[in-house]
Amino acid sequence: MEITYVYSKFRREFGRQGLFSDRAEAVMVDIQPNPRLMSNFVVKTPRDQASQACMDMSEHPVNTERFESSNCGINHMEGAWPKDINPRDLEQTVRFKKKIEKEENYVNSLVHLGYVMDHCIRQNNTIDIYQEHFKEDEIEKVPEFPTAKTMSVFRDPNQVKRTITGLSWHPDGGRKLAAAYCSLDFQKSPPDMSFDSYIWDLEKPNYPEMALKPESPLVCLDYNPKDPHTLLGGSYGGQIVLWDTRRGSQPVEYSSLEHTHRDPVYKIIWLQSKTGTDAFSASTDGQILWWDVRKLSEPTERLVLDPSREGNLDQALGAISLEFEPTMPTKFMVGTEQGMVVSCNRKAKTPAEKIVCTYEGHHGPIYAIQRNPFFPKNFLTVGDWTARIWSEDIKESSIMWTKYQMSYLMDACWSPVRPSVFLTVKMEGVLDIWDLLFKQSEPTLSVKVSDKALYSLRIQDNGQVLACGSHSGEATLLHISSGLSTLQKNEKSLMAAMFERETKREKILEARQREIRLKERSRSEQSREDEAWREDGDEDPEQILAKVESDFYSMVEVEMRKRERERRAAAPQEEEARDENEVKNEEEDEVKKEDEEVEKEEDEVKKEDEVKNEDEVKNEDEVKNEDEVKKEGEVKIEEEGEVKKEEGEVKNEEEGEVKKEEDEVKKEEDEVKNEEDEVKNEGENDEKNEEEDGETE
Amino acid sequence: MSFRRKKGAEVEETLKRIQSQKGVQGIIIVNSEGIPVKSTLDNQSTVQYSALIHQLVMKARSTLRDIDPQNDLTFLRVRSKKNEIMIAPDKDYFLIVIQNPSA
Repeated sequence: MEITYVYSKFRREFGRQGLFSDRAEAVMVDIQPNPRLMSNFVVKTPRDQASQACMDMSEHPVNTERFESSNCGINHMEGAWPKDINPRDLEQTVRFKKKIEKEENYVNSLVHLGYVMDHCIRQNNTIDIYQEHFKEDEIEKVPEFPTAKTMSVFRDPNQVKRTITGLSWHPDGGRKLAAAYCSLDFQKSPPDMSFDSYIWDLEKPNYPEMALKPESPLVCLDYNPKDPHTLLGGSYGGQIVLWDTRRGSQPVEYSSLEHTHRDPVYKIIWLQSKTGTDAFSASTDGQILWWDVRKLSEPTERLVLDPSREGNLDQALGAISLEFEPTMPTKFMVGTEQGMVVSCNRKAKTPAEKIVCTYEGHHGPIYAIQRNPFFPKNFLTVGDWTARIWSEDIKESSIMWTKYQMSYLMDACWSPVRPSVFLTVKMEGVLDIWDLLFKQSEPTLSVKVSDKALYSLRIQDNGQVLACGSHSGEATLLHISSGLSTLQKNEKSLMAAMFERETKREKILEARQREIRLKERSRSEQSREDEAWREDGDEDPEQILAKVESDFYSMVEVEMRKRERERRAAAPQEEEARDENEVKNEEEDEVKKEDEEVEKEEDEVKKEDEVKNEDEVKNEDEVKNEDEVKKEGEVKIEEEGEVKKEEGEVKNEEEGEVKKEEDEVKKEEDEVKNEEDEVKNEGENDEKNEEEDGETE
Repeated sequence: MSFRRKKGAEVEETLKRIQSQKGVQGIIIVNSEGIPVKSTLDNQSTVQYSALIHQLVMKARSTLRDIDPQNDLTFLRVRSKKNEIMIAPDKDYFLIVIQNPSA
C-alpha cells in the first residue's frame, strides 16, 4: 500500500481532557408555532374515542299530553257606546249621532278626509294600480316529483274499530267528509260494536262533527249533490236510510223492510232528476232498486240482475258497485260479485232490454267502477289484482289493464281534473296513483298510507285532496302535488289518441279471432264433407286399405328378417347396409306400385292423402324400428323418388313431418291439412301401430 | 246658524261627491271609539265593518308607530278579490269607502 499523505501532530495535543463548568441556562433556539402551517392540517372531529368505565346513560321518550282545543263562537255586542246610551234604543243612538255631526272638529276632519279619499278613488278609476303586467310570462314550472302528503287522520272514536267502507265529500267545497263505518266480516262483529257513522269537519280532526245513528251499520253513504244537508245511506241490513243534518243524528226515514234489499246495500247513488229526490241502490241480493226519498216505503223501480234476462232472482248476480254519470242519465253500469260488468239502460221498455250487455274480465268481485269524466266511453274497473280500462264498444275484453299486483285492489277512482290519472287503493295499505301518459306499467306514485288494508277512496272535485278509509277505521286525508292535479298541455288529445289506439287494437284482435274461428269452423265442415264424400266412394278406399295392409305386413316381415340377421351375427355394416338396401328397394318398389295404383284409381287429392298416409305409416314404423338419422336419409331418398309425381307442397309437408325436429316454421295451411289428414287417418294409424307393437313384442 | 249649516252642508256635499264616483259601494264614518256615525250601508254591515276595520286601523297604526315613532298612518287600502276597502284615518274619525273599481 502506498502512503498517500503524512501529517504530524504533537503528542501533547492528543486526548484533551473534558473541562466542565457551571453556566446559567440560556435559550438556544426559540421556535414559535407558525400558524400558517396549520393550514396543512385538518382538525379531526368527531373523534371516536373508546372509553371504559363511563357513566350509564339511557334514552327515554316522553309523550306529552295532547292539547285539546275546541272551536266556539263568541257573541259580539256593539260596544264603544258611552255608558248612558243604550245601543238598542234607536232614538238614543240617533240622537248621539246627530250630536257628533254638529261638532266642528267632525266637520273639519271629514272635509279633509274627503279630499284625500276622493283622490284615491279617482286614482282607482283611472288606472288599475294593482294591474299585473307580467301575467303572460308564466313562471317556468320546475318539474317536481309527484308527492302525496298526509294532511290529517280521522280516527274512529269508538273502542272497537270498524272498517270505513264508504266515503262521500260534502258537495259544497268539500269541507266535510261523511264516512260510513261497518264491519264487513261476516258475524265477526263484537256485540258492543257501535253502529254509528260520522261526518267529519276537515278543520277538526280530533272528533267528528256529527254522528249518524242508524239501526244497523252503514255500508255506503252519499251526500245529495243538490242539497248538502241530506244524506242517504245503505245499511248492512239492506235498508236505505235518509238523514237531514239539520234535524240531528237520528235518521229521518227508513225504507220499509218488506220492499228493501235482502243483503247489505253496497252502493247508493243520488240521481239527477228534476225533483232532486231520486236515488238508486245496489246490493248482493241481485237487485237494483230505485227510490224516491219522499216515499221510502217502496222502491219506484226494480231491476233484477239476471244475465239471462228473465228476471229470475235465483240466477241473479250480486251487485257490488254502481256507476252513474250525470251526463248520461239513462245508462248506468253495475259491477258484480262474479266479475262481470253489466251495462244497463234505465229507459228500456221491457225489463229484458234493460240489461244491454255484459263485460267479463275480472276473476273476482268488481269493487269499483267509474267512467272517465273526460271520456265517458271508457270506464275503469278494479277487482281481483288488476285495474282494467274498458271501452264501451269492445265487449270481449278490456282495452288496457295493469299487471297483476301483489295485493288485492279494493277501490279506485279517476282524477276529476286529469283524464290520464287514476288512483287505486290496495289491501296492503298502499295508495297508487297511475298516470297513463307518463308510465303504463307501474304506478307513478305509490304511497303507503296505513299499515292496515285500505277499503275506500274518494277524491274531491278539485282533484287535489283525497280521503282513504282503512280497515281500522282511520280516514286519511292526503294532498296530492300539483303536478298530478293540474291539467297538462295536450293531455286531453293525447289521452283521446291513446284510448282510440287501444280500442282499435282490441277491435283488430277481435276481428282476427273471429276470422280464425270462422276458418276453423269452415275447415271442420269441409272435413266433414270430405268424410261424407269418402263414405260414398267406399269400395276404392277399402281396396286400397287392403292393399296397404298387405304391404304393411310384408314390410313388417322384412323388418323381422333383418333383425334376426342382425342378431345372429355381428354382421359387417355392409351386409346390413345391403340388407337395408334390399329392404329399401322392396319398400320403394312397393311404394311405387302403390303410387301407380293410387294414381290410376283416384283424384289427386285422395292420392295425396293416401300417399301421405302410407308415408306417414311407413315413416312412423321406420322411425320406431331403426336409427332415426339413417331413416330420415332413406325416407328422403324415397321421397325424392316420389317427387316426380307429387307437388312441391306435399313434398314439403312430408319432409316437414319427418324432420319435425329440424323444421320449426310451417305454413298454417300445411299444418291444418296435416291435422285433418291425421285426424282422418288416426283410426287407421292407431290400428296399425297397435298391431305393430303387438308383433314387435 | 247659517254658518253651521254650511259646514254641515259641506260634509253632505263631500259625501255626495264621493258616493257619485264610479264603483263606490258604500261609505262609513267611524269615530275613534268605533261607533259608526254615518253610513250608507245597512245596519248590520255597518256594524260589522266598523268594528272590524276599527281594529285593523288601530293595529296598522300601532305597527307603524312601533317601527318608527315619528311615522304615522295616512291611508290604508285593503284590496280584495271582490273590491277595495279604503280607509282614511284621522285623529278622531275614519272615513271608510268600499269601492269596486272594475264594476
